[in-house]
Parts: sequence; structure tokens; C-alpha cells
Amino acid sequence: MTEGTDFLYPFIDAGEVGADRLLADLAASAEGKAQVSRQLALATIERDDAELDGVARAMAERFAAGGRLFTFGNGGSATDAATVASLFTRPLTGPPLPARSLVADQAVLTALSNDVGFDLVFSRQLIAAARPDDIALGLSTSGNSDNVILAFGEARRRGLLTVGVAGYDGGQMAASGDIDGCFVVRSHSTHRIQETQAALCFSLWQRVQTHLEGSHRP
Amino acid sequence: MDAEVRVAGRGPTGGGDAGARAPEVVLGPLAGDLAASALAVARRFAAGATMWCCAPQWPAHAHHLAVEFVHPVVVGTRALPAVAVDDADPVAALRALAVAGDVLTLIAPADDPVAIDTARRASAWGVDTVWIGGGPRPGPGAADHVLWLDGDEGATAPHAGGFVLLYHLLWELAHVCFEHPGLLVAPEPAEVGTTCATCADEGVLGEVVAEDDGRTSVRTADGVGDVDTTLIGPVRPHDLVLVHAGTAIALVAEAGDR
Repeated sequence: MTEGTDFLYPFIDAGEVGADRLLADLAASAEGKAQVSRQLALATIERDDAELDGVARAMAERFAAGGRLFTFGNGGSATDAATVASLFTRPLTGPPLPARSLVADQAVLTALSNDVGFDLVFSRQLIAAARPDDIALGLSTSGNSDNVILAFGEARRRGLLTVGVAGYDGGQMAASGDIDGCFVVRSHSTHRIQETQAALCFSLWQRVQTHLEGSHRP
Repeated sequence: MDAEVRVAGRGPTGGGDAGARAPEVVLGPLAGDLAASALAVARRFAAGATMWCCAPQWPAHAHHLAVEFVHPVVVGTRALPAVAVDDADPVAALRALAVAGDVLTLIAPADDPVAIDTARRASAWGVDTVWIGGGPRPGPGAADHVLWLDGDEGATAPHAGGFVLLYHLLWELAHVCFEHPGLLVAPEPAEVGTTCATCADEGVLGEVVAEDDGRTSVRTADGVGDVDTTLIGPVRPHDLVLVHAGTAIALVAEAGDR
């Protein structure tokens, strides 16, 4: 018997025969978790409404001036960073905007990891590619990923707009002086944090689109 | 009714009737679909399956799903073999990689041609399919398990966290199932396939491996074997055929022909 997730599901006992009871418990658990996820996303976006708008406005100004968006993170946050980049380049509506994930290229990622160290995989790419008009958006559920923190430092030195998306208590990202706008999803579940981080980034994209539309009106 | 509840509960401005704070139903019937697919996935893993993860339009989701199982966020949960397939030709890659008893999780819209093609071939390979998506639903029987978000929520799900929630829950529920080892032995699976038009007996889907003078080797969920194809005429490798009593009784139309 593994005990790893028992604390998450105290209502399930291991003794029952037949899967019906388990299936009913699983369905109830899924619904409950989905409601927690929904509430966390709504509450976080409501709490950060003004800051989301301010950051989106600053991002829109950068895009309007020819800036590009670089996204980065590790593990699930790496894939979420890629999803954010694809939302900007292949939007549901509105104009496509230049964005790319710094996790996408396996040659670059493994070359840098092998030669200079994993801590520098994102900052080295910013050194190679970033211009002062660009935007750096990093995701980390703990707020403590070394390579993300170092990338923000490099981005700040180069004049980029820096946007952080963290979880738990925000970790080093919440305390960093290198991040212009830092959004912290206050939860103790990595999964619920990532779901709300996706919702936050989606809201950010929607607001960037709105600001760009506004700036194009006569 | 559930659909209406979910529509009303969506978004920051939804469900704001007179300050009512009763919890809104988020998943509705989808919660039951998740439970059933999690148990099926857990049973396959317990029997030694690999989960292949394929999201042709959003490869990042395939990678996120795979890393959940390979490197779990909850300390102490077992690492399981899940692999993202982001090959330029996922069908060819999966044909070579997947073996009977494996699981294929697709994250794709219902009209994605790669997802449609892999989902139907999976039954010839003996692979269980879980299809996660949003918007218009795939047709009945398109996959063994369909986890679907409807309406606007389905439209934004690829980017606003909807898909992430679904595969997080799939992982979380599957790991609950591992705490019930007695329930991890699957009951005898229902026969996959279609009924023979002549004798009303069962036929099974097969994929042509090679053809030589009327004797054709065909891959079905039971393995690769010789099948007589004289009834249906010439076939080519990768054609899908309906096999009944060692004979191919019908050529199954290409996904796009229907």
C-alpha cells in the first residue's frame, strides 16, 4: 500500500469490494477539486485585477514598439510557458504577437546545460537574443527556480519588462527587485497553482489584446 | 441541465445571482467520465502499460501530461512510464512504439485528423484511448474514454487552464486507484470491433502490415497473424480491415472518407 496521497483522500477506505464505490468517490473528488481550482483562479484574478491591467498595458506598449515576449520555466511550468507563447503567436482572436519559449530548442537547452550549467539556460539565451524593448515572462510554482531567478536578473540588466508568475508564498520571486510585475497564486497544491497560473496568463493575454486594440483606434 | 449550470458558472461575471454562494457545478457528468478513465488508466499501468501522450496542435500539453506521471509532484507517488509523442508523423511513431495493453492519451479537437486516425488505429493495436478536448465533441465510439469541455470553456481550455485541470485530475484520480490494489485487475474487456454483416458475429479491426498474393499479415489487438484478403481485393500496408474468422470481410474507409 502506498501512503503517498492518502492525506489527500481521507474518505477512501481500502477495504471495499467492487469498483462502484471507488468510482463514486473519485467523481466526487474530481468535482470538488475542480471547484477549488475555479474559485482559486477567479479569486486570484480578481485580487490582481489592477496589476494585471497595468502589466498588460506595459506589455502592449512593448509589443507596439516592436518588442518580443520570451517565456520560460521548468517541468510543467516549461510546458505552460510554451502554451503562453503559442497563445500570443497563434491567438484565438486578434493579431498574432511575437513570442517564443526558451525551453523549445533541445539543442540550445542541452548545449547550455552541458557546457555552462542548468542555472544559466535561460539567461544565456536572453544574452544572445534579447533587446531592451522585449518582455521576459517566467513561471515557477515555488518562485525559487534558480534558472528563472537568474533570467530575471539578466532581463532586468538588459532593460526588458519582467513578468513573474509564482505560487505558494512567491518564494524568491516575490522578494526579487528584478521583477516589474509578480503574480503569486497562493495555494499549497502545485496542480491548483498551475491551473490558476494558466488562467492568469490567459487573462494577461486578453488584456494585452484589449490595450493593443485601444491604441489602434483613431 | 448540467450544461446550463456550467455555462452559468463560467467566468468572473457568471453565476452572480443575488449573491448566492452555493458551490457551482464545474465538471458535472465529466467528473464521472474522469473517474472511469482514471480507473482504466490505473489498471493498464498496473498491468505494465506505457501511456503515450499526443497533442498534435499543442505539443506542450502532451509534455505536461507525460511529466506528471514520470516525475510526480506529490513526493512518494510512483513514477510511471508516460511518453510525449511529438514526432512529425505521430501515427508512424505510435505504430512502431505502442504495444497491446498500452494507453494513448490524445489532447486534440474533435476534427484533428491525426487524433482521429490514431484513435481508430489504436483499437487495431490493442491500445486504450483517452481523448481530452473541448468544443464540438468527437462522434460516439471515437475513443474508449472522452473527457470533454463544452461551450466557451472548451474553446479557451487549451490556453486558460482547462486541459491542465483535466490531466491533473486524471493523474490524481489514477493514483488514488493505486491505493486499491484489489480493484486494479480489470474485468474481461468487451470485444472491440464491429459486427459482421453476413453472420452477425463479431469482427475485429486490423491494420495491414504486409501483403503477399492474397495472404496478408494483419495486426490486431491479439497480435500479427495471416488473414485471407481475397474477399476484399488488393490491400496496402496500413489499410484498416475488418477481420472475421481469419478473413478480411471489409476494408474500413479512410478517416477522411466518412
